[in-house]
Amino acid sequence: MGFYSTSEIRGGMKIIVDGDPCTILENEFVKPGKGQAFNRIKYRNLKTGRVVERTYKSGDNLEAADVAEVEAQYLYHDGDHWHFMATDTYEQYMMNEAQVADVKIWLKEQADCMLTLWNGAPLGVTPPNFVILKIIETDPGVRGDTSGGGGKPAKLETGAVVRVPLFVQQEELIKVDTRTGSYVSRAKE
Amino acid sequence: MHSWQPTATIETLRARAGILKKIHDFFYERGVLQVETPLLSHATVSDPYIDSMEVYFKKIGSLQETICYLQTSPEYAMKRLLAAESGAIYQVTKSFRQGEVGQLHNPEFTMLEWYRLDYDHHQLMDEMAELLCLIFNINSIDRMSYRHIFLKYLNTDPLISDCRELINCAKENNLQLNTYDSQKEENNKNFWLDVLFSHCIEPQLGLEKPIFIFDFPAAKAALAKIRDETPPVASRFEVYFKGIELANGFHELQDAKEQLRRFENDLMLRKQYQLRKVPIDQHLIAALTKGLPDCAGVALGIDRLVLLALGKKSIKEVISFSFEVA
Repeated sequence: MGFYSTSEIRGGMKIIVDGDPCTILENEFVKPGKGQAFNRIKYRNLKTGRVVERTYKSGDNLEAADVAEVEAQYLYHDGDHWHFMATDTYEQYMMNEAQVADVKIWLKEQADCMLTLWNGAPLGVTPPNFVILKIIETDPGVRGDTSGGGGKPAKLETGAVVRVPLFVQQEELIKVDTRTGSYVSRAKE
Repeated sequence: MHSWQPTATIETLRARAGILKKIHDFFYERGVLQVETPLLSHATVSDPYIDSMEVYFKKIGSLQETICYLQTSPEYAMKRLLAAESGAIYQVTKSFRQGEVGQLHNPEFTMLEWYRLDYDHHQLMDEMAELLCLIFNINSIDRMSYRHIFLKYLNTDPLISDCRELINCAKENNLQLNTYDSQKEENNKNFWLDVLFSHCIEPQLGLEKPIFIFDFPAAKAALAKIRDETPPVASRFEVYFKGIELANGFHELQDAKEQLRRFENDLMLRKQYQLRKVPIDQHLIAALTKGLPDCAGVALGIDRLVLLALGKKSIKEVISFSFEVA
């Protein structure tokens, strides 16, 4: 798939390091007045999610990775696998428990997600930034509380637990920011 | 539409002008002569880690092109003035380095360089400390040898350790290096010293006040005198402030034959690294043969000095137009 020189590397590019696909976060040029020039490259391993910093001699080549992002709809969970369908091609993809571990609590059927594919196979899935989910379990609120302050835990239909204001009740729909896992507002269907 | 605005604010440029005035006053009061030397010359630096920009000169009406170089530092020309008995000299000038661009690098930058007769590197550090105290409005500067700084931060002696020990030291400090490089440079001690210094030491240097690092390994002498101690060390120093390299100075090598030998060694390394061949500056060798007075000299990056004095993060914030928009 080709190579990138350290001078071309910038945020968002996908490379292969030790066999794993990675996404570039930062590329810093380090050069002593008299001495070897380096590029300190920070990247996230797309398989493990770990962020690593590695030093390359300026001018080294890094192997490019065939990584693409496609829009896909979450279809269903069959007990073992989570199934998705690409919006453009209708092609179906499935992912295992480990691959969706961090995000499965935000996946509601028919949600529009972003799938990361490596050599055509899914690596990871990003849920929408905001999702609307139903509260299936929470303590009754305390009278007089309108907003802010304290809060209480609420369990959502997907299994996620978020802190909500005291006035929010069971069976209500709420909007949640999936990047922080925090309550945004009450919502209508 | 193309962006046309300067990359530094006018307020920053005023502060920069103020710093430059302080520098010129500092040398004027001390009777150091301000000089100017060519930016464009027929020869250039041979250091394998510094690349010059080539330009072509063609006399009007001629078809013959001559390769010239934009100077990477005014050092050679200033030494020729010293050999011509100029006495103490300084200049503030542009320098050019091929390929160096980043947060702390601009391919064209401003350098302050000065030379003092009958000074060794410690006496020049004393004078530089006065200048830095004036610019940064501080009282004192730290000073530590290259050897002690390695012992302090890495518990390794850079003068006597071999490659294996330095590689282990990098591992112990969780330094991740491209596998290809670590295998290829397995026996290159200079490489490992650079890796350890720039990754594990430099970011911690001068966090509170500037620090001089002096007496480098002989292999890193560049144009400094090497003192015949056990093990031998080069009378060279560097200055760091807030993890940023600011200056590099030498108790200058006077021996023409030794200088020529170091240039030839550089050319051999250039060939080995498949770098471009450059001509040796025979004017400098001739000047040294005639006789360079005992002196110490130092080059300081003005853009970085201004960046540190004003608490800025990037070079582009302290120069009117960074390379990208120049």
